[in-house]
Amino acid sequence: MNKTHRVPSNRSLSTVEVKSKFGAEFRRFSLERSKPGRFDEFYGLLQHVHHIPNVELLVGYADVHGDLLPINNDDNYHKAISTASPLLRLFLQRKEEADYTFGTNSLTRKKNTVLSAVLLRPDATRKKPPVIISLPRDFRPVSSIIDVDILPETHRRVRLYKHGQEKPLGFYIRDGSSVRVTPQGLEKVPGIFISRMVPGGLAESTGLLAVNDEVLEVNGIEVVGKSLDQVTDMMIANSHNLIITVKPANQRNNVVRGGGGGGGGGTASGSSGRSSDSGASYYGYSSHGGVGAAAPAPSHIIQNFPVGELESEEEDDEDLVIEVGGEAESAGRDPADYGMPSLPRYEPHLNLRTPSALSVNGAALASGSSGPPNRAAEMRSLEEDGTVITL
Amino acid sequence: MMKFRFRRQGTDPQREKIKQELFAFNKTVEHGFPHQPSALAFDPKLELMAIGTKSGAIKVYGSPGVEFTGLHADTTAVTQIHFLPGQGRLLSLLDDNTLHLWELVAGAPRDAGGAKREGVVCLEEVDCYSLPGRPGIESCSATRVTVLLLMRSGDLLCVGTEGGGVYFLELPRLSLKESQTLLQDQIIQSLPDDYRCGKSLGPVESLQEHPQRPGKLLIGYSRGLVVLWESTSRRVEQLFLGKQQLESLVWERSGNLFVSSHNDGGYSVWAVTTGNNVIHQPVSSTIPYGPFPCKAINKILWRTTQTGSPVVLYSGGMPRASYGDRHCLTIQQDKEHVTLDFTSRVIDFFTVHGVEQDEEFDEPSAVVVLLEEELVVMDLRTPGWPSLPTPYLAPLHSSAITCSFHVSGVPPKLWERLANAGRAQQGRQPAHGSWPICGGKNLAPPPKNQELLLTGHEDGTVRFWDASGVALTPLYKLSTANVFHTDCDPSDDPQDPSDDPDMQQEEEWPPFRKVGCFDPYSDDPRLAIQKISLCKYSNKLVVAGTAGQVIVLGLSDERSAHPVDVSVVDLLQDREGFTWKGHDRLEPRLKPASFPPGFQPLVLVQCVPPASVTAVALHAEWNLISFGTSHGFGLFDYHRRNAVLARCTLHPNDSLAMEGPLSRVKSLKKSLRQSFRRIRKSRVSGKKRPVATPTSKVQEANAALAEQEDVAPIQRRIEPRSADDSLSGVVRCLCFADTFLRDGTHHGATLWAGTNSGSVYAYALEVPGVGSGRACERGAGEGGVCVEAVLGKEIQLMHRAPVVSICVLDGRGKPLPDPYEASQDLAIAPDMANAHSVLIASEEQLKVSAKTKFKLTAHEGCRVRRVALVAFGSVAQEDYCEHTLVCLTNLGDMHLFSIPGLRPQVRYDCIRKEDISGIASCVFTKNGQGFYLISPSEYERFSLSAKTLTEPLCSVQLDRPLHATPASDSTATTTPPQANGTHKNHVGQAEGRSEESPSALSSPILDTPLDSPLSCADLTLDSTGEITVEDVRDFLTTVDEAENNLKNIKEEEGRSTGILIN
Repeated sequence: MNKTHRVPSNRSLSTVEVKSKFGAEFRRFSLERSKPGRFDEFYGLLQHVHHIPNVELLVGYADVHGDLLPINNDDNYHKAISTASPLLRLFLQRKEEADYTFGTNSLTRKKNTVLSAVLLRPDATRKKPPVIISLPRDFRPVSSIIDVDILPETHRRVRLYKHGQEKPLGFYIRDGSSVRVTPQGLEKVPGIFISRMVPGGLAESTGLLAVNDEVLEVNGIEVVGKSLDQVTDMMIANSHNLIITVKPANQRNNVVRGGGGGGGGGTASGSSGRSSDSGASYYGYSSHGGVGAAAPAPSHIIQNFPVGELESEEEDDEDLVIEVGGEAESAGRDPADYGMPSLPRYEPHLNLRTPSALSVNGAALASGSSGPPNRAAEMRSLEEDGTVITL
Repeated sequence: MMKFRFRRQGTDPQREKIKQELFAFNKTVEHGFPHQPSALAFDPKLELMAIGTKSGAIKVYGSPGVEFTGLHADTTAVTQIHFLPGQGRLLSLLDDNTLHLWELVAGAPRDAGGAKREGVVCLEEVDCYSLPGRPGIESCSATRVTVLLLMRSGDLLCVGTEGGGVYFLELPRLSLKESQTLLQDQIIQSLPDDYRCGKSLGPVESLQEHPQRPGKLLIGYSRGLVVLWESTSRRVEQLFLGKQQLESLVWERSGNLFVSSHNDGGYSVWAVTTGNNVIHQPVSSTIPYGPFPCKAINKILWRTTQTGSPVVLYSGGMPRASYGDRHCLTIQQDKEHVTLDFTSRVIDFFTVHGVEQDEEFDEPSAVVVLLEEELVVMDLRTPGWPSLPTPYLAPLHSSAITCSFHVSGVPPKLWERLANAGRAQQGRQPAHGSWPICGGKNLAPPPKNQELLLTGHEDGTVRFWDASGVALTPLYKLSTANVFHTDCDPSDDPQDPSDDPDMQQEEEWPPFRKVGCFDPYSDDPRLAIQKISLCKYSNKLVVAGTAGQVIVLGLSDERSAHPVDVSVVDLLQDREGFTWKGHDRLEPRLKPASFPPGFQPLVLVQCVPPASVTAVALHAEWNLISFGTSHGFGLFDYHRRNAVLARCTLHPNDSLAMEGPLSRVKSLKKSLRQSFRRIRKSRVSGKKRPVATPTSKVQEANAALAEQEDVAPIQRRIEPRSADDSLSGVVRCLCFADTFLRDGTHHGATLWAGTNSGSVYAYALEVPGVGSGRACERGAGEGGVCVEAVLGKEIQLMHRAPVVSICVLDGRGKPLPDPYEASQDLAIAPDMANAHSVLIASEEQLKVSAKTKFKLTAHEGCRVRRVALVAFGSVAQEDYCEHTLVCLTNLGDMHLFSIPGLRPQVRYDCIRKEDISGIASCVFTKNGQGFYLISPSEYERFSLSAKTLTEPLCSVQLDRPLHATPASDSTATTTPPQANGTHKNHVGQAEGRSEESPSALSSPILDTPLDSPLSCADLTLDSTGEITVEDVRDFLTTVDEAENNLKNIKEEEGRSTGILIN
């Protein structure tokens, strides 16, 4: 308890003032900015200061933009500590409660994808259910480069998230031929290329794809031997969660992998924070398994497709069922999962807007492209964040 | 991704065995009339007829059910076919100037219908020959074969050429007898000077062997000269100095006369008298359709009869100005003269007559005319020369086929009534007994049950075909045009034109007679049939057409003149602001028409707006029909004659559907603009192309590559489907089901509809007196109660792909039986105890309720086109049967999935992916067969089932041993010859597949790409999956390969940076 005594806010850089809120209670304490320690220590500390030793918590903090962001691993803990100025405001919640709030009802979730710091002014909007940012799977995923550590450096795997946006995917593909070096000399092989970007489209605005990039895979399926129309259909069928592996036409901006070992240990895997909940079973890409040797830890070869995430994707893909008439129940389906009794008529769900997220993306990218080494670093952090938060 | 699953589970050998017993892909037989026939031949001894097509197929027909098919390696037109009479061999000449020898050889004994059938024969190519010509175009044309003649001795083939030479080949080895070659110079020497004129004689137009004296040849040259050549002594016996350009020659049976037909539309009779070497004038010369200029007589036949006056048959010769565009064949005997007027070009014709040497007269019994679109046979023994109905080669496309529907297991009673109605239609025509071509023997067992194929046509007719056996025979024809007022009023039921007595044409010259039923012209395109549904138990038929007309018909054995009830259903409901700019609806006839026995219309429902009907469903037990157009769908109670429901499915943004098919101006303008832009762009890029400064080879290569890519800038937009895509409201499928929609305990009547934009609507129906649900509780006794429909559920598929099919599976995962089947104990009652599930097949994925899903497009890049639930019987166990989902994709391959688990079973390549109309026309039977159109006139029949197979099994009695040379014997495949003129590469595939199908089945991993989810043909979770040595190796090699590939890629990247196009 002595630690929680109010420390005069001397605004020194060495300590961080922490204000932690659990329910209606506040606790204040301070942390050493230079030596924040590990997340589990911090978690223990929180349980201790709030006297809730056996309660599982979701830890969130308000970042500089006023967004509510989670703390659930060393990385975002350190990030929170380092960006706190002057005060680190924490919001704790019981995990059970949070789960209840973020139920499986996909539509409410979609509505809640907009990050608003509702909790910062809890009195402002009482009627709405509190929006709580907790585990990464509850976030709206955004487009990103993934699987950097398992792909050859010349290739890039891009995940385009279309969800809930009005922006079109915004690119075109074409037939073409690429030159391969074989023992017999140069050989032309047919390939699929990105031919055009629609200005303002998702593909262009994220900057992850470029004209003349050769498409190698679509959602893990190689396009070799498939016709342009087939690849088109595959992309459209996967358009909710489109993962394209390309060989960028411009090979100068390739992600340069770190020297392995040291710093890579904790951060090479974008999903390290989630590895606890995603269990043992991972999905990986067979064709690139061999390159994983370059990654620091073999356990990270297959990643980025934790089961939970796939499930959520499946769920997102779920069809909308509208039951008409109060007493009617679904026959073939599990009514609890898909029932939407509150909606009398079907409304197109695409009018949900997400204004903030992409501008953030753009800004991050713009700053990232300032210099090549920075860029590489940025890419890495970008990869680390993976599908987790924003850029 | 799949690799791990493989390693974990492997494949279950037992399951693989079962799959082999269930599934096998075969293309069995082609129904209908061969597309683009180009040659005809007849073997009078074996009574077999052969037809060659422009795509290189040869089809041999005998008595009904006997047919053989062969396909040349090249898809080159067959220009001539000649039988080696009685030998079961035939020679074909292709457009590329090659000769091919075909033989009927013994196939492997086939297991058919439980019994081994010996002596099954199939057609096979055994030899190939082409005349040696000096290299170069000129010499090639000189040795281009124009005519062939098989000497009666059977061992010599005479070949007439463009250059005027006649070559002799030994048969059956096809070796050139160099010494016997007769060049034109030799003939010219013996010509009188005044005839010679220094000119060439032109190509050999005809070669005819003397009917009585073997070895004597009549050689006709294009310029008109005819030479009687003695081939043994190699000298000119007689010269006939014709002045007119020659078309064909024919001997009279005695050999004293021959007839030549000419370019000017005339024919001449020449006497062959001994002693006179040079004959200047024919005995007689006639231009039958003169005196005005006439077209050439292409072929003439002269047949003697006992009555003294010969029957003369010739094609062409019509007056050029007035009837030059007619396709005619003239039959003349004495005073009798008939000009058969066909709707398509005459390819060739022959007469069936006595061929025994000792008979004095030909006595032709029939003439068989091969036209471009049909086969017509005229009976020459019956006075008046009536036409004979053909038992096969039916012209399916007499009016263009617009849809098809298959009914298997037709009850005998319905069959009988249909056959009777059909016979009544054909009227006084004789039965098939007098069919003149009766060679071969059909070994196929009689079909176990009757199958009907219904084809809807552009002219508003529905034709019923007997599809039980190999030969597709017409059973009954239904015309729906008489329900409406059309421009040409069909007051009396349309009959075959051949039936019409030509009273009015008697005075006319030439005495035309319309023959044949090919009539590609439709009176009113709105009459075209779009959808058909038949209930085989209640004999109710629903036919829906292009102008939104839906007709309910019932079967009746009596002629009747009842009025037809007309209802109009407005599918737009209260939608405002749209105008239909398409065609008007058809105007129903007001005064009752007289309907002949057969299916007679009861109710006519007309959709407003009158867009084409895109889906129908019939539930005869509930007396309900449902129909959908591009605007919505409706439900109609045809018993009480009232519309129950109309639902608009239009998306507010969809303007295209509202305006109808006629207003596509905008899109046309757009496409024009785009194409101009493309042209301009290519011009600009052409100018910009820099003058080649080859600084480095890399740059050059880059430039070349870039240029090449500029040529074909086909690109595809990647965008998820959105709700406002045009025509999103089109109703794609409708289905009735007795299932649980309201709650889990009460089942009842339901209606399901799926649209183009991935919406599914489910309605709960209350049908008085039907069902165990609430309808019953309320009391079924109320007679006046109407059917009610309550919207129960709307499902919006997230991917918004068009819904191709919906069906309901019972508690055991089996499809619900058809109406009446359950209540009349005709099928196993569905499991109503457990929860039902809905199978929704969209273009992109298959889904059984919320349980299982298979994303076909996402994995394979192919889209679902057709889906059917098929019961597959096992060849090994009599009563074992599995219900399987058969799915035809836009790439033309068949995917089979287990239900309700949706596990991929097998995949077969079936239709070429370019053959869009073939894919669109595909229909499946309930027991694993299917049909699709390979040409406008032909259905290919295929079988996916190992058990149910309808294929030709026939034998021919030959006096030679049936076994061919050992080399070809080994290739005597167990598969029937799958020739199909239109796609040859395809056949190769199919055969290759079927041959290796056992291995393909046993190791599906090898067969399909590893990444493909289909490669794990069936992964049962409970299988422990012992890894055999092969498996491991297979696994390892693929890993090695993957690594190698990666290495390659890396290496390549290392070196090739300079070649990248930035």
